[in-house]
Amino acid sequence: MTSVITVPPSLDDHTFEQVVEQLASVPADARLLVDARHTRWASPYGLTALLALGQSRAERPTFAVPDAEETASYWARTGFFRHADALFDLTGSVPRARGGESSVLLEITAVTKSEDVHDVVGRIQQKAAQILSKELNIDAKATVGFAMTLSEVCQNIVEHAGRGGWVGVQTYTWRKRLGNRRVVVIAVCDAGCGFRESLESAPGKVRGDRWDDAAALEEAVIRGVSRFRDPGRGQGLAGVRRYVGRWDGKVSVRSGTAKIAIVPSWDDDVPLQEQLAPFPGSQVQVTIPERVAGGPR
Amino acid sequence: MMMHIDVSSVLRQTLSCELYSNLVTRPTGAAVRTQIEALLADARERSLTIIDFSHVGMIDFSCADEVVAKLLLRYAAAEREAREAYFLFRGVTDDHWDAIEAVLERHGLALVLESADGDGARLVGIVNEGERRAWQTVYELGRTGAADLSAATGSPPDQCQQVLDGLHRRRLLMRLDDAYVAVGGLSGLHG
Repeated sequence: MTSVITVPPSLDDHTFEQVVEQLASVPADARLLVDARHTRWASPYGLTALLALGQSRAERPTFAVPDAEETASYWARTGFFRHADALFDLTGSVPRARGGESSVLLEITAVTKSEDVHDVVGRIQQKAAQILSKELNIDAKATVGFAMTLSEVCQNIVEHAGRGGWVGVQTYTWRKRLGNRRVVVIAVCDAGCGFRESLESAPGKVRGDRWDDAAALEEAVIRGVSRFRDPGRGQGLAGVRRYVGRWDGKVSVRSGTAKIAIVPSWDDDVPLQEQLAPFPGSQVQVTIPERVAGGPR
Repeated sequence: MMMHIDVSSVLRQTLSCELYSNLVTRPTGAAVRTQIEALLADARERSLTIIDFSHVGMIDFSCADEVVAKLLLRYAAAEREAREAYFLFRGVTDDHWDAIEAVLERHGLALVLESADGDGARLVGIVNEGERRAWQTVYELGRTGAADLSAATGSPPDQCQQVLDGLHRRRLLMRLDDAYVAVGGLSGLHG
């Protein structure tokens, strides 16, 4: 018997939870059909998280591509199908990727080793400078911080996931919360060991009374704790938080059954969500909004 | 002995790739530092090394921790070692500073930066006001003893001696007999 997971019409970090909730009752080795036929839009988080879903399955699942030609074509331009082809049996009409997509700052890229991070950072710098200054009205100096942020979130995969993941960077207009402001979004997802297991592997790690995915996220994201004893470790996510705070951005990290977010005033997300449906690995999203007059410099 | 290390060249040698000019990822940083340490291994008892970031595109936090912080930690705490290694950082721009500043704060470190036009140097990182004033005074005066510093600042000589010794232990001042010169100071460069 095949279990069918229906992908919502609009797939982002919030609606991906519907996918995870459907998965919760399906054994890891069950046959699975991920049905995206009626999906019309997906954020980079949605696309990279779908790849992580494919990565997490013991048996190769089937993936029904979006019916809408425009959607499928866009997903092809993001590079999604190139990676999905290695994880899923794709059904439906898979368009060939054509030409560059201006809103795709970085097409979906596999990250498994340190050299991949070099490649990602090298590829994004020039385009990021143009987008940040021209579309988001952010000082071009912010480009370096943006590349640093990208580097650090990608390194989390290399250093902690225990298996590869994917990164995607895209700009789009955020109508729902930001009143047509442009945003640039970095999404990095993997189905590796996740924050709790990573921290548990620290030598001499003592678990407190409350030790779960939420506690692990608080330690790593808020307090900069790492599984390594080296006192220099744990600075990456702290640096990401600092950068995001400077540009009135948002960062959220989901791992296991919890999600933690540094929430700016323009967003109404919950800072810490616990007891979510379980999903392996780590899923990180960084959002930097267009700067408006009177906003942070 | 004075050395010049172009970090960008070390990076390219380390990665065996001409394409990368960014100091990113911890393994890359560790490899670059190891290479720098190998170059320093040939240095004599006292050495001043210019760590040149001029051709480095950017550096992330992890790499800054490996290249800058661990290098300083090793040599600033190296009283047990016979060799005295001093560092002057050149070509550090705003593109590098966020990451370097963060790791200096994290570890309570300080270093000497050559100014952008190459004419002068300044002390950055974690130092208290007394240390900063003492370093600046030594930098301006050149070869300076505790009595000279005391005369210049009005602080008691024994207190000045303590501050000078502390800055020397952190490899921010060089000791020449009973006097000190600032890393990055002209007399220091030729000392």
